[in-house]
Amino acid sequence: MRRLLVMVMLLGSSAALAQSSTPKIDTGDTAFMILCSALVLLMTPGLAFFYGGLVRSRTVLNTMMMSFVAMGVVALLWAVLGYTLAFGGGGNAFIGGLEHLGLNDLEGSSVTGTIPSYVFFIFQLTFAVITPAIISGSLVDRMKFGSYVLFIALWSLLIYSPLAHMVWSEGGFWYKHGLLDFAGGTVIEVATGTAGLVAAMVLGKRSSGTLRVAVPHNIPFVLLGMGLLWFGWLGFNAGSALAANAVAAAALVGTVLAPAAAMCMWLLWEVQRGQKPSAVGAATGAVVGMVAITPACGYVSPMASIWIGLLASSASFWVVQIKYRINSDDALDVFACHGVAGFMGVLLTGVFASSKINPSITGGLLEGNPAQLLIQLEGALFAVAFVGVGTFVLMHLVRMLLGLRVTAHQESQGLDLSSHAEEGYTSGDFGFVGKEAGSIDSPVILNAND
Amino acid sequence: MKLITAVIRPERLSQVKQALFHIGVTGVTLSRVSGHGGEREILEHYRGTQVRLEFHEKIKLEIAVSDAFVDRTVQAISSAARTGEVGDGKIFVQALEHVYRIRTGEADGEALTPVNTPKEGY
Repeated sequence: MRRLLVMVMLLGSSAALAQSSTPKIDTGDTAFMILCSALVLLMTPGLAFFYGGLVRSRTVLNTMMMSFVAMGVVALLWAVLGYTLAFGGGGNAFIGGLEHLGLNDLEGSSVTGTIPSYVFFIFQLTFAVITPAIISGSLVDRMKFGSYVLFIALWSLLIYSPLAHMVWSEGGFWYKHGLLDFAGGTVIEVATGTAGLVAAMVLGKRSSGTLRVAVPHNIPFVLLGMGLLWFGWLGFNAGSALAANAVAAAALVGTVLAPAAAMCMWLLWEVQRGQKPSAVGAATGAVVGMVAITPACGYVSPMASIWIGLLASSASFWVVQIKYRINSDDALDVFACHGVAGFMGVLLTGVFASSKINPSITGGLLEGNPAQLLIQLEGALFAVAFVGVGTFVLMHLVRMLLGLRVTAHQESQGLDLSSHAEEGYTSGDFGFVGKEAGSIDSPVILNAND
Repeated sequence: MKLITAVIRPERLSQVKQALFHIGVTGVTLSRVSGHGGEREILEHYRGTQVRLEFHEKIKLEIAVSDAFVDRTVQAISSAARTGEVGDGKIFVQALEHVYRIRTGEADGEALTPVNTPKEGY
């Protein structure tokens, strides 16, 4: 995304518009990007199913709502403020200006690259929506819903937008520094992995009673969610070329091959450890592959993407095996799957990046440019530090304002009833609908003497 | 011999199980049941529809024990199942005429003796 954005942002900013010949909308690119936006939007429901299947049945709705609510809250914030903080002109190296506050100046004939600015805005919106939803995997089964919503709202504006600006926007610090992050390895994957780990640490562990019954309640949901994520991820990565071109094609290939390799690798590790090749393992492995190829696709060859899948899957697998040593109840392994695999992906981009695949770059370690690997390492470490500290502060702020956790009783009952007054799987057979007074409206307490 | 029937909160099951195993009672049958006691109804909302759930999910445990075990079993269940809120459940103790172990044909007291004695210090 970044090299293309040089052009994109130049054309997008009004100063450049005045100088350049009239920017032209390419209908093919526009059609492609509208479809890619739809694909990426579907990833958030996919994530909801992926996470929903992994929790116990009494918390399935709360878990899925943690993803779905981002489609409401973050989408609105992105339109009003988030977009301009990430991509608006007039800012500095760390945050965008207020040029596009409330989508100002994007209307009608405004063009970003070769597509209408509205399309670019919506494509970026789908990224902004799914990113905080990924963090929810660390926080399930014990957090107050309102506190979660406040947290992701603040996180999106104060952490995601600046980071997206630094990495993807023309004036951004890491953009100018030459960090390669095609579709969000640092901005999305390293960021959510770090945020998940830190937020779970501040939130605290689930109670021992909850942990005892924390078994995936619907593995078919997990597989369905993985399938939807993969489907959407094709648009996520290929669309990050921002045009229907050869780079998008390279990204497409990587987004199929890396998850395929990562899935096989995860299953092989399970067998090697004397376990059975599991369905949850296959789904997890594939997602890890998608995560790892995200920064690299569009820069690396198909065979390199297979290596990235194999290596990232192995790293994540082994971190999951030792997760109990980490003093943070990262319930659904956001750190291992997104943080570790994302970090690997960002580094390996510096190894495998190829100017043959993407002529706009110099290439990585294997093409004799070891400096790129160092830049990748610095960028990933910066993301860890920035997001880690920011998340720590925001979680404490939310704790002060609203508190973070549901009561012990609500937790043991499951969060669906206490947070939403609904059940994922209703026990409606014993309930009744309507206003007629139940016996308990005026409970009759009998004394022993009566 | 007594048949002890306990109706408890589902979320206390693991504590109750531990307490029972701790005193050497390992023969337990459980079922998921719905019941009504002093607890208030649960209100759920689905769009405009309000649904009242008067019957709460509970777990029913059935345990046959020899007389020497009755008190400590009741004690173990009630302390492990108690939260102090309305809805903690009930324990019923009934006389039991006969017990047979199907595998061996043993009767009564012998049929109630656990096959595996609990490990030291469990």
